[in-house]
Amino acid sequence: MELVHKNLPALIVVLPLCMGLITSIIGRRGLGWWLAMGTTSAVLAMSVQLLVNVLESGTQTVTYVMGSWPVPFGIGYVVDPLNAAVLLIVSMIATVVTLYARKSIASEIDPRRLHFFYALWLFCMTGLLGITITGDAFNLYVLLEISSLSTYTLVALGRNRNRRALTAAINYLVLGSIGANFYLLGIAYLYQVTGSLNIADIHHILTTQVFPTWSTDAPMYRTTVFVGFALMAVGLSLKLALFPLHGWLPNAYTYAPSSVSALLASTATKVGAYAFIRVLFTLVGVNFAFKLLHTDTVLMISAGAAILMGSWLAFRQTNIKKLLAYSSIGQIGYITLGFALGNVNGLTASVIHLFNHALTKGGMFMALGIVAYRTGHTRLQDLQGLGRKLPFTMAAFTAGGLGLIGVPLTAGFVSKWYLVSACFEQGRYEMAAIVLVGSLIALLYTWKVVEAIYFGKRPEDAPAIKEAPITMLVPTLLLAGASIYFGIDASTSSRIATAAAKFLLGVGP
Amino acid sequence: MTPEMTIMLALGVPLLGSVLIAMADRVPNLREAFTLLTALATFGLVASLYPQVIQGAQPRLELLTVIPGVPLSFRVEPLGMVYALVATLLWIPNSLYSIGYMRGNNEKHQTRFYICFPLAIASAIGIAFAENVFTMFVFYETLTFSTFPLVTHKGNSDAVKSGRVYLGILLTTSVCFQLLAVMWIVALHNGGSVSSLDFTRGGIFREGLASGAVDPAIFGLLFFFYIYGIGKAALMPMHRWLPAAMVAPTPVSAFLHAVAVVKAGVFCVIKVTVYVFGVDALRSYHQGQWLLYAAGFTILAGSLIALFQDNLKKRLAYSTISQLSYVVLGAALLTPLSIMAATFHIVAHAFGKITLFFAAGSVYTAAHKTQVSQLDGIGRRMPWTMGAFTIGTLSMIGVPPVVGMASKWLLINGVIESWSIPGGHFDEVFALVVILLSTLLNAGYFLPIVYRAFFKPLSDADQKHPHGEAPWPIVTALMFTAGLTLFFFFWNKPAFELAELVRRAVG
Amino acid sequence: MQKVLDHYNYWVCIILMMIGFYGVIAKTNLVKKALSLSLFQTGVLVFYISIGKIDGGTGPVLDPRNPEAIYSNPLPHALMLTAIVVGVATLSVAMAIIVNIRERYGTIDERDIEDMEHLAEE
Repeated sequence: MELVHKNLPALIVVLPLCMGLITSIIGRRGLGWWLAMGTTSAVLAMSVQLLVNVLESGTQTVTYVMGSWPVPFGIGYVVDPLNAAVLLIVSMIATVVTLYARKSIASEIDPRRLHFFYALWLFCMTGLLGITITGDAFNLYVLLEISSLSTYTLVALGRNRNRRALTAAINYLVLGSIGANFYLLGIAYLYQVTGSLNIADIHHILTTQVFPTWSTDAPMYRTTVFVGFALMAVGLSLKLALFPLHGWLPNAYTYAPSSVSALLASTATKVGAYAFIRVLFTLVGVNFAFKLLHTDTVLMISAGAAILMGSWLAFRQTNIKKLLAYSSIGQIGYITLGFALGNVNGLTASVIHLFNHALTKGGMFMALGIVAYRTGHTRLQDLQGLGRKLPFTMAAFTAGGLGLIGVPLTAGFVSKWYLVSACFEQGRYEMAAIVLVGSLIALLYTWKVVEAIYFGKRPEDAPAIKEAPITMLVPTLLLAGASIYFGIDASTSSRIATAAAKFLLGVGP
Repeated sequence: MTPEMTIMLALGVPLLGSVLIAMADRVPNLREAFTLLTALATFGLVASLYPQVIQGAQPRLELLTVIPGVPLSFRVEPLGMVYALVATLLWIPNSLYSIGYMRGNNEKHQTRFYICFPLAIASAIGIAFAENVFTMFVFYETLTFSTFPLVTHKGNSDAVKSGRVYLGILLTTSVCFQLLAVMWIVALHNGGSVSSLDFTRGGIFREGLASGAVDPAIFGLLFFFYIYGIGKAALMPMHRWLPAAMVAPTPVSAFLHAVAVVKAGVFCVIKVTVYVFGVDALRSYHQGQWLLYAAGFTILAGSLIALFQDNLKKRLAYSTISQLSYVVLGAALLTPLSIMAATFHIVAHAFGKITLFFAAGSVYTAAHKTQVSQLDGIGRRMPWTMGAFTIGTLSMIGVPPVVGMASKWLLINGVIESWSIPGGHFDEVFALVVILLSTLLNAGYFLPIVYRAFFKPLSDADQKHPHGEAPWPIVTALMFTAGLTLFFFFWNKPAFELAELVRRAVG
Repeated sequence: MQKVLDHYNYWVCIILMMIGFYGVIAKTNLVKKALSLSLFQTGVLVFYISIGKIDGGTGPVLDPRNPEAIYSNPLPHALMLTAIVVGVATLSVAMAIIVNIRERYGTIDERDIEDMEHLAEE
């Protein structure tokens, strides 16, 4: 046990990687799911332990060096309140969705290749967890690509239901690779300046040796740092699907298998947002990004446009999966707005929304997956009158919808509360107004679906359907229930989020 | 039982009730028994707090902290007690009536219907006992959502459309105005310029305004946001949802108009006027005046529109819009007596209006009639129903010996009290003119119905379709409320004493 | 002019990247698109390799006979080994998806595919 305890940060990444390989070799005959389930549960347990360790430690950080090579020479894994929280989000959602995936995915892909699906699933997790935990900028790129490559493939697996999954996947691949390469090029620039790849080390060198020269007559590497940061920011914005770089997202989420959509919507973009926060706050620092470059203004404009356009486009959709995908673009706008505000409440809003939105959207995609499982489609007309046929599933969907609107006593309300508070603090009244208007548009698109579910008439000739199988229903209700619970009692989630925000801004615990 | 326990139970029992009702889905008798039991128990719990409140105690309960710094907490004070008592008391006849109505009309999805009522009542109690602006907002919203399935109960395209209007107006106003105001106040609180988020005697802005930390213009703007953020008060032009909600079954209309929803609106208006903004502060910074005119306009316009409605329920709806603005007018006069009158009018209007709706539903159940013009001679066939209707009508007009008279009397006293405050008297003249004119208008749109019912002969078509009274639960419920309307004129001590406490809190 | 020439490695990198970028945007043939993506990636690789090289530097093997020797920085080169692997993996995933597209649509031209989907929607 001692060994596990000491190597926790490494194990959290290595375990899914190794298990992924093992699964692809021996995972035949239904073993794949068990391996995946076991791994995700183990990872969940580890990330809970890690979060506790971090919050209890005096420095609020746990550092781990790979192969005992001291940083900045070796790769260091650093866990602080922020990424401990993100690790928990990823592993928790992954566990719940894995539970759900068994039945769902079996109906969507060739049963003989199920173990490859679970292998990819674990690789994707490896990437996401790795991005979150690593303290090395280049390592982050590699893990970003590990998660992306498995994601492209997972999206393409939706081909049996709709061949457009393939075009969505290739589109995602092209844009995702461009994003990753921008990021890679950005690192090259910063590496030229600092000669280091360790995030904390780069930050240290920049703030102690580079930035101070800028106020003198001989500014060092000014353009290089600018360009490097800009490249990284654009690359990560693509991964994060920040408006207007969101083009790949709607189709990828729509045509991917149900459980993949649920996993991606609640974790992949969240990790992208996390990476962005990391670059802004711990790599280059707020002083550089916000005070000097005014990235905050750019981000706020993007975020505002994302909230309004994403929500509006969501309202226009008739395929509900696509509706949720566009809604995600809007929600990413909220997350971005939070960290662009750059104060404690704003960052808290971002972090807490990472969590709350993961629960809400994950639950909704899973509920929709049940609809697809039972009816084969997710169009608006397929949801007509389902309130009576799938009462629990649709209740979960509605609960999620209320969360997207931000109705009090749902998790979404808590995020919006923090966000609007932060806007007020910064005197950004126009952004506060946009957030509120965004909620009203969310009401429009949610209500469109809710009306269809509860007031629509299921066609006479439609085949009879039953409520979802228990293994799909329980995880869905679990997430929906959690999204309500964390709206009623947000003390735990907001404590962690505030700790993360304060840590990032360096204002004490 | 400690008072904290009682508050907790008053909120918890209805929730438990709705779970039990859901479980008794297959056994209608048991389900309805649960409904009535929950109603009785909830009223009992709320009423058991009355003796303490009347002695000046204000039991409080901090339930939980949703977001650090903004707890979900409750404090029972006289004004909230008035609203909670009215809502829970009237819910009893309302449940009884619902049973008769739903069975009499063979409505579908009755379980869903009965589940939503207790949820709405729990929200109403939450609003009534809210200790701070956040709690009030939270329960204000849950009330909207828990009544939505009731409004759209019929599920046809009309109901869906009305549901959109209902939710659209109530949610847009509350999110764009009320939430904004709440968050602004919280931001001011965090900045130290507002003393507290809790409802406080004299308002929370007193120190901030005195020290100059809060700009009077912002203070006025927040008041404006708040008043229009409370769409449930149906102040024009935010009133459209109320006539739209008329598609709902009659028990729901009665519930909206008399028991919980609109009362929640005007209650919130009084509460924020008195305890958030403060009567003195509003008066000395001249921020409340516009409300007087908005309310006066709504009273007259509502009455005028009601005059031309042939649909009985629509006529009642516009009557409600105008009657609600009496409460707002009382609040806007900003004197202790006028606030007392407003408080009292919540009670008076509730009793009268629930009777009127019950009667309208009774007519619909027994005779399937919805239009005023069809009611010729119906009083002879349904004497109990139309008798009760007449009592309700008299209360709306303000004729003794029914309770409506008392509140109008207090309101005029409020105007007189306002007169005694030095300054121009145009506001008071306007208020008096509005009260007198609207009384005439009330008589103008209600008395013809009574006349038709009792003095016109039955039409030929009606002669061929004999019908009697509505089912007994309906008649019992409506006689009960009509009785209350009468009885309360002579014995209104509890409401009066509570209103008196409110007056002292203002003065 | 000297300044421009001094940074020739940047120019090579940018030209390669832009050729790739152009291909990604302008080509409708998916295979060409994937190849352009590889080219784009190669631009980044070349840049990394060029920044590791130091004028007059030799291979980074410690030479006891020549303590004054200047060494090139091996780290970027090592990094690029990883990046090349990533690039190959990306290309192969892309090709696998394209093969699938060809099986299901009978074409690998983006415009044709879009036309087919539009027809299907109508």
